[in-house]
Amino acid sequence: MTGTSSRGTGSAESGHARHLLHQMLRVRRLEEQCVELYSAAKIRGFLHVYIGEEAVAAGVMSTLGPDDAVVATYREHGHALLRGVPAGAILAEMYGYVEGCCRGRGGSMHLFDAATRFYGGNAIVAGGLPLAVGLALADKMSGRSRVTACFFGEGAVAEGAFHESLNLAALWQLPVLFCCENNLYAMGTALARSESQTDIALKAAGYEIASWSADGMDVLAVEEAARRAVDAVRAGGGPHFLELRTYRFRAHSMFDPERYREKTEVSRWMERDPINSLRNALEAAGQLTEKDWKSIQQDVEAEVKAAVEFAEAGTLEPVEDLTRFVYSERSPQ
Amino acid sequence: MKTTYREAMRAAIRDALQRDERVFLMGEDVGAYGGCFAVSLGLFEEFGPERIRDTPLSESGFVGAGIGAALGGMRPIVEIMTVNFSLLALDQLVNNAATLLHMSGGQFNVPLVIRMTTGAGRQLGAQHSHSLEGWYAHIPGLRILTPATLEDARGMLWTALEDPDPVLIFEHGTLYNVAGDLADDAGPVDISTAAVRRPGKDISLITYGGTLPVVLDAAARLAADGIDAEVLDLRVLRPLDDAAILGSVAKTHRAVVVDEGWRSGSISAELSARITESAFFDLDAPVGRVCSAEVPLPYAKHQELAALPTAERIVAAAREAVGARG
Repeated sequence: MTGTSSRGTGSAESGHARHLLHQMLRVRRLEEQCVELYSAAKIRGFLHVYIGEEAVAAGVMSTLGPDDAVVATYREHGHALLRGVPAGAILAEMYGYVEGCCRGRGGSMHLFDAATRFYGGNAIVAGGLPLAVGLALADKMSGRSRVTACFFGEGAVAEGAFHESLNLAALWQLPVLFCCENNLYAMGTALARSESQTDIALKAAGYEIASWSADGMDVLAVEEAARRAVDAVRAGGGPHFLELRTYRFRAHSMFDPERYREKTEVSRWMERDPINSLRNALEAAGQLTEKDWKSIQQDVEAEVKAAVEFAEAGTLEPVEDLTRFVYSERSPQ
Repeated sequence: MKTTYREAMRAAIRDALQRDERVFLMGEDVGAYGGCFAVSLGLFEEFGPERIRDTPLSESGFVGAGIGAALGGMRPIVEIMTVNFSLLALDQLVNNAATLLHMSGGQFNVPLVIRMTTGAGRQLGAQHSHSLEGWYAHIPGLRILTPATLEDARGMLWTALEDPDPVLIFEHGTLYNVAGDLADDAGPVDISTAAVRRPGKDISLITYGGTLPVVLDAAARLAADGIDAEVLDLRVLRPLDDAAILGSVAKTHRAVVVDEGWRSGSISAELSARITESAFFDLDAPVGRVCSAEVPLPYAKHQELAALPTAERIVAAAREAVGARG
C-alpha cells in the first residue's frame, strides 16, 4: 500500500500558494535570525535549524485544524511557529526568559504550547512517537474526530520505539499521521549506512499502514499528500504514513563540522530550495508579482524584528521558582 | 471481610473503572489472560477490551502511549509485568513522564498510574527478581508508592489516579497471596505519609513493601528478647515522609533500614544519609542497613534466601544496634 504522490499540480489557488510561500519564509527568516543570535551568544544550548526543510512543516501544518495535535522533534522551531506559537515566545524561550513558551525551561529543543496543542519538542530520537500514539488513543476512546500529526526524522526509523508505535497505531487503528522527514542523514550517518531497507514508506507499509512518499522540497506536493492522508485519518481510516523526502541545507547543529557530506551535494540540493522553487513557479505562472514578493518579505521581516524585540525585552524566571512544576500544585494527600 | 492482596488490588481497579470513564487498564496479558499475576482476572469480561486493553510486548510503546493518553485527557493505569521489564520503557518514564510538566513550564500534566511487580523470593532468577523501585525514587517528577498491606493495596490506586502527576506503584510479588481482614467500607488512602505498623521504643526498623511482613516477624522475635522495636512502613519512597522517619528515630534513638534493593546507591543509603544529616545527635548507634547481597538474584532456593533480607539478619542487625549503647 505504498505510492508516490504526484508533484504539486500548480493549479492550487494562487492566494493559497502565496500563503504557503509566506509560511515557509517565516520559518526561514526566523531560523536565520536564530543562527545570528547563536553566533552572537545571545542564545545557547544545542541549536538545530530546519533551513531547507520548510516545505514539510508548511505543507503538513496547513492541513491540520485547531483541535488536532502536533508532536515534533528537537528541530521544531518551524513546526511550533506554523502551529501558531508566536515567534516572540519561541525566541524568548531560546533566550531562556520567562516570557518564552516554556518559561525558559525547555530551550530550542523543548518547545511546548498547550494553547495550540503542540506537544514538543522531544529531543530523544523516536521518543515522541509513542506519545503521539497515546494522544490518538485518547481521541479514539473519547470519540473525538481529531488527528495527531507526529514529525520525526529518518534516523528515528532505527529506534525500537518507531516499530512499537507503528505496530500499536495500526493494531488499534488510531488517528495518527506519521510524518517522516527524510533528510538523508541521522546527524552524520547517511541512511544507507544505517538501514537495511532504505525505502521508509515501504517499511511503514509492512505494518499495514497506508504509506506514501512525497517530494519534501515541493510544498504543494507535501500539502496534497498530507491533505489526502489527514482526510483519510479523520474519516476513521486509521494511521497514515508520509515519507517526505527533503534535505537540510545547514549542518545538523551549530557544533557540526559537517565532514560526512560533500559541499557539491549540498549545493545540488540548494538548487531545489523550496522557497525559491515556489516563488519562481508562481512568478512564471503570473501568480506572484515582484510587489507581492516584496510584501511577503516585509511582513516576515517585521514579524521577526518584533519577535527579537519581544525576546530582548524578556526577563528571567525568579530562581525561587526553580522547583515549581516538578509536581503539580494540586497534588492529593 | 476476608480478602487477599491480589483481590484488594483488583477491587481497587474495578472501583476506579466504575468511578471514572476516563480510566482504563493497559498492559501485557491484562485482558484475555486475566493478568500475569491474576490481578485483573474477570475485568476483561466485565469491562470489555476497550478498557481492559491487551498490549503487544512493547514496553516503550505502551508506556509512551499511556503518557500520551494521559496528556490527551484519559486516566490510564498501565501495568508492566515486572520492574525488570520496565527498563525497556525507561526513556518514556524518565525523559517524558517525569519531565514534561517541568520542561513545559507547568503546561502539561501527566496523570498516569503505572503498576508493576517487584522483588524476589519466588525462585524466578535474576531477570524477574530485582527491586529497582529505589532507582525510580531517584527521579524528580515521579511519585513512588509501595503498598505493603491490604488497606494500601485497596486504597492507594484511586488516590494515585487523582494525582495530576505520574505515579508508579510497586507490588511485591510475594504479597499477592497474603490474606487477611479488610473493612467492608475500605477505600482510598493517603499517598503521602509513612505509617507506624508496630509502635516501639528501643529501635526503629524502617522498611516498605515486601519486606514489611519479614520485619514484623523480626520485631516479634526481638520482643521475645525484650527489645521493643518500632516498625515504620515508608509506604511512599518519593517524596519521603521525613517527619515520620525523623520522628521515629527521635523516639527510639536507633535505626535499621531494611531494603530488598542492593545496598550501594540504594533507597536505604538515602534514608541513612537523611537520618545522619538531620538526627545525628538523636542517635545512640550508627544507622544499620539490611539489604540484598550485591549479586544478580540467583535461582536456587538456598542461594536466593542467602541473598535476601531475612528475619534472622534483621534481628542480628537490631541486636547489634541496641548492643552499641552510647
